[in-house]
Amino acid sequence: MQKVFTDAASALEGLLFDDMTIMAGGFGLCGIPENLIMALHDSGTTGITAISNNAGVDDWGLGLLLQTRQIKKMISSYVGENKEFERQYLSGELELEFNPQGTLAERCRAGGAGIPAFYTKTGVGTLVAEGKEHKDFNGETYIMETGLVADVSLVKAWKGDTEGNLIYRKTARNFNPMMATAGKVTVAEVEELVEPGVLDPDHIHTPGIFVQRIIVGQHEKRIEQRTTRPRPATADA
Amino acid sequence: MAWTREQMAERAAQELRDGFYVNLGIGIPTLVANFIPEGMHVTLQSENGMLGMGPFPYEGEEDPDLINAGKQTITELPQTSYFSSADSFGMVRGGHIDLSILGAMQVAQNGDLANWMIPGKMVKGMGGAMDLVAGVKRVVVIMDHNARDGSPKLLKACDLPLTGQGVVDMIISDVGVFEIKEGRLTLIQLAPDVTVEDVKERTEADFTIAEGL
Repeated sequence: MQKVFTDAASALEGLLFDDMTIMAGGFGLCGIPENLIMALHDSGTTGITAISNNAGVDDWGLGLLLQTRQIKKMISSYVGENKEFERQYLSGELELEFNPQGTLAERCRAGGAGIPAFYTKTGVGTLVAEGKEHKDFNGETYIMETGLVADVSLVKAWKGDTEGNLIYRKTARNFNPMMATAGKVTVAEVEELVEPGVLDPDHIHTPGIFVQRIIVGQHEKRIEQRTTRPRPATADA
Repeated sequence: MAWTREQMAERAAQELRDGFYVNLGIGIPTLVANFIPEGMHVTLQSENGMLGMGPFPYEGEEDPDLINAGKQTITELPQTSYFSSADSFGMVRGGHIDLSILGAMQVAQNGDLANWMIPGKMVKGMGGAMDLVAGVKRVVVIMDHNARDGSPKLLKACDLPLTGQGVVDMIISDVGVFEIKEGRLTLIQLAPDVTVEDVKERTEADFTIAEGL
């Protein structure tokens, strides 16, 4: 068993086919699998259903696959940062399913945990509830949401080992841990790959059982909204 | 004189209590963080996966792995913890967050909230708003009392698609403060030099007026 691949393209070899379902971790551009998305773009795979909280920006992240019309449908909670997305959606070229963010996260978690469906009060009485089973528990109404699985999940972690154990960093964790569990095959890209035993077993976020392939990536880590505060004036200035 | 954005945020800060875990929405609600009373311990949650949100970083210290739900660079505090989006919305849906302060396009007198979609216009998505209003213990809306064209935003019933049904507990607008209890709307405070008559004129919703106003 060899989980480590030399680059993103070889890590995706044999996994991709047209009309497949892909999960991609990340919140905005934070914690997205940049290298694997680029390799998916270069593969020319089309008809993709992409499950991802956002759709990248015009020229980065999943936005790259929108430019080349490789994505047929998006399942997301918020897509406001992408003009090409808007154009394709309004012209009917792109299907879109909005999920509340917590529902999307839970659908991925459920899918990975072998739970086909669950009830939530999120979205009751809204468009999201239309056509869904309603059920009362303890006097409150809930709607049924189904678990999600993907043919391939693409995730980004900070550190990983050759067994596929992963540790995420700060808010770059976001959707990556659940999506790692919900892929029939999960491919991870990390900033630093180490031998087993280097990472503290108590600090592992995603156990290696969920990760079939792993690569070291080069990460540009673009910032969407660079926001700062002024430094206080120094006393000796 | 009607309240400014800062004054609305300052008024909203009066709803904070020591020990509260709070989620602040994008826009005016974010300003509430600037008015947390001295000595009060309030922990801010960012629904992408963080408790204990610190201020914006100094220039040159931005970390692309550390952003808030508005995708802005932020900083951590000594008490900060990070977690997945599933854990984050477990906190939200599970009723562990004390207070959510957010913006609105429309609020109805029964507490219905619309803040994510205008039919016919590009829809950006609800993000975490539906989860927050369904799960957080108390929901406070900060909004301009009227839309840019002067039309009322506090209505008998929302005509925009809902974010949540009967979820709003308080509305702070530039003209005053309303409370919704058991599906009934009450005006409980007026901004300086605003009269009850002014508010009535600018509101479509039916509301009662608290004693002493």
